[in-house]
Amino acid sequence: MDAIVELSGITKRFPGVLANDRISLAVAPGEIHALVGENGAGKSTLMKILYGLYQPDDGTVAVRGERVVLDSPRRAIALGIGMVHQHFMLVPRFSVAENVILGAEPARGGRLLAGEARARIAALADQYGLAVDPAAPVDGLSVGEQQRVEILKVLYRGAEVLILDEPTAVLTPQEVDDLFANLRRLRAEGKTVVFISHILEEVLAIADRITVLRGGRVVGTLVAREATKAQIAEMMVGRPVLMDLAIPPARPGEVALEVAGAVVAGRRGRPAVRGVSFTVRGGEIYGIAGVEGNGQSELVEALVGLRPLAAGRLAIRGRDVTRAGVRAIRLLGVAHIPEDRHRRGLVLPMDVWENLILGHHGRKEFGRGPVLDRVAVWRYAADRVQRFDVRTPSLATPVLALSGGNQQKVVVARELGFAPTVLIAAQPTRGLDIGATEFVWTQLAEARAAGLAVVLVSAMLDEVLTLADRVGVIHAGRIVAEFPRGGASPREIGLAMTGARLGERSA
Amino acid sequence: MADLVGSLLNLALLASAVRLAVPILLTALGAVYTERGGVFNIGLEGTMIMGTFFGAAATHAVAQALPASQGPLASMLAPLAGMAAAMLAGVLFSLIHALVSVTFRVDQLLSGVALNLLAVGLARFLNILLFGVATQSPGVNGFPPLAIPVLRDIPALAPVATGISPVIPVALALVVAGQWVLLRTTFGLRLRSVGENPHAADTLGIDVARLRYAGVLISGALAGLAGGYLSIEQGRGYLEGMTQGRGFIALAAMIFGNWWPLGALGASALFGYFDALSLRVVAVGVPYQFITVLPHIATILVLAGVVRRATPPAADGIPFTKEEG
Repeated sequence: MDAIVELSGITKRFPGVLANDRISLAVAPGEIHALVGENGAGKSTLMKILYGLYQPDDGTVAVRGERVVLDSPRRAIALGIGMVHQHFMLVPRFSVAENVILGAEPARGGRLLAGEARARIAALADQYGLAVDPAAPVDGLSVGEQQRVEILKVLYRGAEVLILDEPTAVLTPQEVDDLFANLRRLRAEGKTVVFISHILEEVLAIADRITVLRGGRVVGTLVAREATKAQIAEMMVGRPVLMDLAIPPARPGEVALEVAGAVVAGRRGRPAVRGVSFTVRGGEIYGIAGVEGNGQSELVEALVGLRPLAAGRLAIRGRDVTRAGVRAIRLLGVAHIPEDRHRRGLVLPMDVWENLILGHHGRKEFGRGPVLDRVAVWRYAADRVQRFDVRTPSLATPVLALSGGNQQKVVVARELGFAPTVLIAAQPTRGLDIGATEFVWTQLAEARAAGLAVVLVSAMLDEVLTLADRVGVIHAGRIVAEFPRGGASPREIGLAMTGARLGERSA
Repeated sequence: MADLVGSLLNLALLASAVRLAVPILLTALGAVYTERGGVFNIGLEGTMIMGTFFGAAATHAVAQALPASQGPLASMLAPLAGMAAAMLAGVLFSLIHALVSVTFRVDQLLSGVALNLLAVGLARFLNILLFGVATQSPGVNGFPPLAIPVLRDIPALAPVATGISPVIPVALALVVAGQWVLLRTTFGLRLRSVGENPHAADTLGIDVARLRYAGVLISGALAGLAGGYLSIEQGRGYLEGMTQGRGFIALAAMIFGNWWPLGALGASALFGYFDALSLRVVAVGVPYQFITVLPHIATILVLAGVVRRATPPAADGIPFTKEEG
């Protein structure tokens, strides 16, 4: 079987970084080929070269056995290579059809042929099982549907090879299942898929072959059927990885956080949280599992004072804080790892040292009167950076220049930096690679061992199952089930997440 | 009371409102094109000033050059040349804006402000150079006015059915065409895409800079035409300051019209009405200074109230930088 796409000796340098170092990769026609590696391993760079967005400094690309120069996406598209970007390249205000045809519009004399466009899109959607309404505006679509629009865009341009850059990073578990069904259908129709990911379960579930990158080089290519998670993880990280954290039995202390009958309004005023009650003791991790959009975000915002409670009661260490604001709650020792670190967790253009003390910058040890004590602050920041292994060129580097994993380390370092008693962690490992995920998990486990009460909200079931002492399953704004550690199988919890009552599962 | 209502709705007032709405409308239509492509063009006020000056100057020059022999065609030639010159001046003037803000990605507001200042000085300078005085060109004649057949014979409708500048139907046609172009053509779809998400357009092989140039230059042509209409058709000559901030009001009309040509038409009609009203009410005895600010107060009220619901193109005013390639 000859390769449909063959990359040989691809090298790409950026200032100070060797992103791709003599990478060779052959993709067979009709396969799903996964490209895995930690953030910064060079996966995206390699795929951007294949899509004509970057030019390699060295090396060659051959498509269907013929050597080609990919100097623009237009050229790649003409050769039948299409890319679904990690951050969707859609025009939200346009309809699905407008997005799909943009740049390759069916037209006569400059006039759009809307009917023909719709018919062609409907035919494609039908052929590949990509259910989406061509007339719907894109900004009303779910993330999964938007992704289908991106796939349609690529197919509409006649792509034979589809590159998907971290396609599952933004999807809910159900949407991932749908995507995988779509990809299998594409493969059945003869298309070739290159799938970039760092989530091993997914890669093993969908790929035919797996190529592992590390530090800009190919570590090896495996046949998925014969590969194991531990084996790939070790190839990715370069050392054996602790996939299962050993957590000692809990030694719960005093009740630190108490939520009773909490009702929280969501967007457009409708209640997103409809009467949630739970308590968390010191030295305990309470996990909240659920499909995203079931009220977790609003609940977390209410716990930290960002959103008012419409009804119910919230107490921290016995103190009623139902009506308290963010500042009062933080002063009681509540730390918060927000789900969106860019929007809530960091001030991206500000430096590492500034982000490390934000919100605590008024503390006595950092100031002489109203003036920041630079020496004290920098000494503190340097210590944090070292202790939390933040990889940054300097303390004066803007946080936006760091990788996602290191940004999250800055957030975690700040939030755990001032002796908190309660930690609210929302989706703390979202978008992080294995190494950074392992780090965050370790920090959460250590926080628990240090006697903190931890609330862990996560859409990733294995994260909750690994870390939490008790798991509450949230569905449609209510905790519909609660299990102690080991009290339920992932399947049972997954079922509860969809809102099915436990008694119904045998039916 | 009936008197007041009558005076607020009489036909002469409406006719005057239409006449005053036209320059706002044309410029607002231009603003729709440039902002749909993602470029603020606050320099449209200055572009209009260029249109007023070059429009009048070219009309004057051609009228001087023509032999005195008259005829319906000959009397059209000078104002036609003036309108063409006004549009050309608008295009060239906005080319500066496109170059500075699209190619060199300078802050679009700064560039626009600079152009407004430049236009005032340039018009004054050229006027002294050509006509020896600072603030006024020689008088010019506009187009022979049109009248609507049949209606013109009804005396009561005379104010609205006669004395119509041919630019008015042209402007209305341009609005309808604009709506169609934006919604139903490849150019319109692509122009809107670079105003909404230029990176997405770029990945699809669309030339973002070229489309943004097109949007800016079209806005220049239309603002130039608006200026030409002001000086040739309404003012019968260039007068310094004759645009009276209508370029800015046009931007408000564009926003009020939610970045659509037909919306801009409605908004311009409203602003034109206030403009006409301000000319009218002078007779009633309210202080003149108060009356002249009426259109601007209307603008502020509209912008503060209604406009909160308007949604600009997502990438409006944001320079586009291509990813490393």
